[in-house]
Amino acid sequence: MHPIVALIARRLALGVLSLWAVSLLIFAGTEILPGDVAEAMLGQSATPEAVAAIRRELGLDRPAWERYLDWLAGMLRGDLGTSYANRMPVVALVGDRLANTLFLASVAAAVAVPLAILLGIVAVRWRETPVDRLLSAMTLSAISMPEFFVGYALIFLFAVTWPLASPIAAVHPGMALPDRLAAVALPVVTLAFVTVAHMMRMTRAAILNVMESPYIETAELKGLARTRIVLRHALPNALSPIINVVVINLAYLVVGVVVVEVVFVYPGLGQLMVDAVAKRDVPLVQACGMIFAATYVLLNLTADVLAILTNPRLRHPR
Amino acid sequence: MTPRMPWSARLGLALTLLFALLALVGPWIAPYDEARVVGEVWEPFSRAHPLGTDHLGRDMLSRMLYGARRTIGIALAATCLSFVLGTTLGYLAATLGGWVDAVLSRVVDTLMSIPTLIFALVVLAVLPPSVTVLILVMAVLDSTRVFRLARAVAMDVVVLEFVEAARLRGEGLGWIVLREIGPNTLPPLLAEFGMRFCFAILFLSSLSFLGLGIQPPAADWGGMVRDNANAIAFGLPVPLVPAAAIALLTVAVNLVVDWQLRRATAGRGA
Repeated sequence: MHPIVALIARRLALGVLSLWAVSLLIFAGTEILPGDVAEAMLGQSATPEAVAAIRRELGLDRPAWERYLDWLAGMLRGDLGTSYANRMPVVALVGDRLANTLFLASVAAAVAVPLAILLGIVAVRWRETPVDRLLSAMTLSAISMPEFFVGYALIFLFAVTWPLASPIAAVHPGMALPDRLAAVALPVVTLAFVTVAHMMRMTRAAILNVMESPYIETAELKGLARTRIVLRHALPNALSPIINVVVINLAYLVVGVVVVEVVFVYPGLGQLMVDAVAKRDVPLVQACGMIFAATYVLLNLTADVLAILTNPRLRHPR
Repeated sequence: MTPRMPWSARLGLALTLLFALLALVGPWIAPYDEARVVGEVWEPFSRAHPLGTDHLGRDMLSRMLYGARRTIGIALAATCLSFVLGTTLGYLAATLGGWVDAVLSRVVDTLMSIPTLIFALVVLAVLPPSVTVLILVMAVLDSTRVFRLARAVAMDVVVLEFVEAARLRGEGLGWIVLREIGPNTLPPLLAEFGMRFCFAILFLSSLSFLGLGIQPPAADWGGMVRDNANAIAFGLPVPLVPAAAIALLTVAVNLVVDWQLRRATAGRGA
């Protein structure tokens, strides 16, 4: 077997293991209260009989490990349990919301990734010039700002002062793609703003790292143009870390949607999860948490696999 | 030897100190109580109310000042606790090695494989959102990052001769961690403190903004953004005031941290 296949297989097995560990942590996270959800739901005025009744109804009278195994087995069958709040199957509640969130995140990624790499290259090409310094100052501010500040500032400017876009990103099933894109314009810009900053700084660092190599100095001493050095000599060797940077930031994007969805009242998974936390709807929170965490784990796994695949030393072992 | 402080770092430092001062004296110089209704809903900026009033007619300036202490204080407490936790465990893992290191590192890896905000939401679904719970949740989740850094820098120090000498002298674990490793790993951890503090401010504000952090009527900046979000629809920039304060504080701290990090790398001849 080619060693690279073995390497990737090992990484995938590790991924499955960490998904299992994540499920354990998420379940444990909802069990750390000394009392339980039944008490929290009913409040202090509840009679012990009422608490016992709810506990029986929700199956909380069974030991935790038994409930965990049930939950895990259900997930493997595609059954995410039943919501406490409205007694609907969690899968039905999550479906459309997940699709909406993935749509928002992918549009944001489609905008952010090319822009970030382009800006990263520009910053390296004109390194230590006012262009680089301006980009650096702007991205430093962008990564320090809360998403809701960017979001509301955009709403104030582009939905209220100059009414160009809708302040509320309302989408519904069966909406045509152009209308859908127009509806999510502001949330996409908000998400892209923060992600581009992260990605651009890391892209810049990745290319600069290669620019320190002796062969780049040779190219400089040969008298090659700086643009050519950056694009033809440094960039190909920085590609592997850049791919890693992009995928890691996509993982960040999936989590960043939570706050942005609430700002723009977007019917996505993040909004659903926040509402579920406020209602203490534990099965729904566990399901959303598991989906977000699994996406995060899988994207990081993809980053590692891509890093293995794009490394020529591993592809062609001596 | 020390390079002159660039204007960006000076600005950042000045603003950080200003915010710290406001957090210290805020409630004493606030013109009104944070919970008192003193006017109409969303009054514009005026002499009586320099930042207007909020969605219930409370003075925005007073709430901003009370909120400064609460937001900065809780974020600072969480950061300090996460550093105590993270560095202690990180140093122990590096010094003891073996199974202690293996177990701690695996636990931290797993905790870090779940995004912080998502795990906090899961835990807050069952815990009451009290200040103590918030500080503990933030500190525990954030200490994973501190652990990684503390362990990494301590690993480099543990193998040096003076630690070896202390071990041969028969010094105990406490001495080695506190007297040998601690002082020699401080500088990189200090820059990290600024970054973790910024993260704590943003994290706490996000939780409050989502309605799961500090509960009303107590004023805090993230919660004030949430309370006044609807004002935007009427063309009023009210929620932008607390949101801008958060942004300004985190940008200011990051400017100082950025300068520190640059100075650290410049020293290595990069």
